[in-house]
Amino acid sequence: MSGRRIAFKNARLIDPESGLDVKGGLLVENGKIVDLGPRLFNNAEANDPEVVDCRGLVLCPGLIDLRVFTGEPGSEHRETLESASHAAAAGGVTTIVVMPNTDPVIDEPSLVDFIRRRAVATAKVHVLPMAALTKSLNGEVMTEIGLLQEAGAIAFTDGDRTVSNARVFRRALAYASNFGALVAGHAEDPDLSEGASMSEGEYATRLGIAGSPAAAETIIVERDLRLVELTGARYHFGQISTRASLEALRAAKARGLGVTCAVSAHHLALNELDVGAYRTFTKVKPPLRSEDDRLAMAEGVASGTIDAIVSSHDPQAADTKRQPFAQAAFGAVGLETLLPATLALHHNHGLALGTVLKAMTAAPRAILGLESGRLAKGAPADLTLIDPDEPFVVELSELHSRARNTPFDGRRMQGRAQRTYVAGECVFDRAKEAKRK
Amino acid sequence: MTTASADTPILKSSHLLGIEDLSVDEIEGLLLLANHYVEINRAAEKKTALLRGRTLINLFFEASTRTQSSFELAGKRLGADVLNMSVRTSSVSKGETLIDTASTLNAMRPDILVVRHPDSGAAELLSQKLDCSVVNAGDGSHEHPTQALLDALTIRRRGRAFEGLVVAICGDVAHSRVARSNIHLLAKLGARVRLIAPRTLLPPDADRFGVEIYGDMREGLKGADIVMMLRLQLERMAGAFVPSTREYFRFWGLDRQKLGLAKPGALVMHPGPMNRGVEIDSDVADDIEVSLIREQVEMGVAIRMAVLDALSRGFARERRNAP
Repeated sequence: MSGRRIAFKNARLIDPESGLDVKGGLLVENGKIVDLGPRLFNNAEANDPEVVDCRGLVLCPGLIDLRVFTGEPGSEHRETLESASHAAAAGGVTTIVVMPNTDPVIDEPSLVDFIRRRAVATAKVHVLPMAALTKSLNGEVMTEIGLLQEAGAIAFTDGDRTVSNARVFRRALAYASNFGALVAGHAEDPDLSEGASMSEGEYATRLGIAGSPAAAETIIVERDLRLVELTGARYHFGQISTRASLEALRAAKARGLGVTCAVSAHHLALNELDVGAYRTFTKVKPPLRSEDDRLAMAEGVASGTIDAIVSSHDPQAADTKRQPFAQAAFGAVGLETLLPATLALHHNHGLALGTVLKAMTAAPRAILGLESGRLAKGAPADLTLIDPDEPFVVELSELHSRARNTPFDGRRMQGRAQRTYVAGECVFDRAKEAKRK
Repeated sequence: MTTASADTPILKSSHLLGIEDLSVDEIEGLLLLANHYVEINRAAEKKTALLRGRTLINLFFEASTRTQSSFELAGKRLGADVLNMSVRTSSVSKGETLIDTASTLNAMRPDILVVRHPDSGAAELLSQKLDCSVVNAGDGSHEHPTQALLDALTIRRRGRAFEGLVVAICGDVAHSRVARSNIHLLAKLGARVRLIAPRTLLPPDADRFGVEIYGDMREGLKGADIVMMLRLQLERMAGAFVPSTREYFRFWGLDRQKLGLAKPGALVMHPGPMNRGVEIDSDVADDIEVSLIREQVEMGVAIRMAVLDALSRGFARERRNAP
């Protein structure tokens, strides 16, 4: 595909990093953006063999999702890197960061290598593996952070597990800082949240379901902030969900601590009442919180205290979800609903489109130090064409993910990806897909 | 080679507990005296009568072949009666406290007690409770003064001047008494000390000791004249401080390639015993062109003789001052 050119015209170009939001065109060559701007292809028809008329839709950097669980290796019936990449492409996501919570756990350099090779061989989007922070995710012994980084681990995390021993965690943070390695933590005190299936409060009490208090998150957030201060580590909170966490983060950032955090699209769109009549697809980690917490998350994105929005995509097989609520597995798929669920911030909360998209492009790019996530000359042509206004209903049968455990089944949403490009290759085209059906 | 006359006092204190309290003159005096003992140790007849009639007790609460035999030999070559006590044979294992042990030993009227103990400050405590001279042969993570002195002697005898000498101390600095003693000594003699270690093996506020800190060994070795490797204790390798020996060796182990970043002609030291393939590659450790490791052992005996000699000069003063 050397010399291959694609001309995008009549686009609304949004680059959250530079603040660009103009009508114009963009030229791709050899998988990279070579030119863009308001005057490009404006007056004359582009002469290029491949011209994409964007018809005024939003052309922005491909989304980067910092938190994706798959089942490969070990639980391929739930999701493979390949099936996750299809879901990602359909959701406008061009880079997925996969968690090490697989079987075996990604805690060996050879396993990081396996993920990378499998991704290159099977996935349609970029796959960046995070490696485990502690061996077997046991929270006791740190992994070979240096060797894992050399093997291609983008960051280090125990995924949805908290390292409860503060001494172990302190040492792991200090050790990671030798390599400038990013550590991503999960903030949920495992003792306080033990046995809990949803957020503690009135509604959990009505349902008779054991709840995890918001404090289970706050305690770890505040602990981790102190340990980051002590060690100087690069640290990212994989997901926060409460107003108290947001306030702790705001205060820490105000005193100059270089930490970042993310919220899941589920926690922006749903609250604990969505559990309804024991709907297990709403059982996620951390649990859906109160409406006040949900509003705090939206405020956090608006103010920039929350850096990134993630899908926290966690595919689960039907048998583990068709269970009494307390026994059902945690997790919800989210790659395909990440963008629509997040666009509600634009439609309902008045956030600028650029602000919403920044949390899935420029922010994760900055957190991971990636080349992609921006519209700029020389940047990889990872692009998403979005119709921000198109109304649709989420249908389980239309999901690309191998697992269908979405809490948004049947929900009316507004705005989604129409086309997705990875390194200049079209990996998803909604129009073509509709024709096929 | 000149040496001070036999009566000139060298040490102000009647103990040698650490380098931190020593003056440059005291250090220079010991190094000069040790030079003299290097020559004696290389002669066929090594025995002198300096400490004849004196009793030296080696009290070792931690196993140490090298330091203990070095002190034993030093004492015997100076004519002292040497008694070795190790923790396995002492009453400490039966529950006796350190102070009890001290008063028991005191009653045996030794002249010099050489002590190694896993707790920092143990030598200091004994020096307060005993009437004899106490030599610290390593206390916890605090000091190991004779090791630093023998390292200095080794460097000096290779013709290297300390002023401006760049010495990189690499490895488990946090738990190392050797590192602490060397930091003090090298700084007093005007060398530039660098510490190279993963963050988990660097003591807090290490930068307050007038040293340069490097997490990246390759950076830290650039321009170094001396590379001083530290031993990584086995129990610290299994994930608590570093994840594995293979990762440690990859990033903080001294091999030919990393040594190539140091100044041409840079020399390698190690207090022993070495973990080959963990902190040092055999290829480097066994290269007599760059490795001073065997010389360090030789200088160890000479330094310890010098220390015993210097302390015994205090005995003479006491005698003269006695009524």
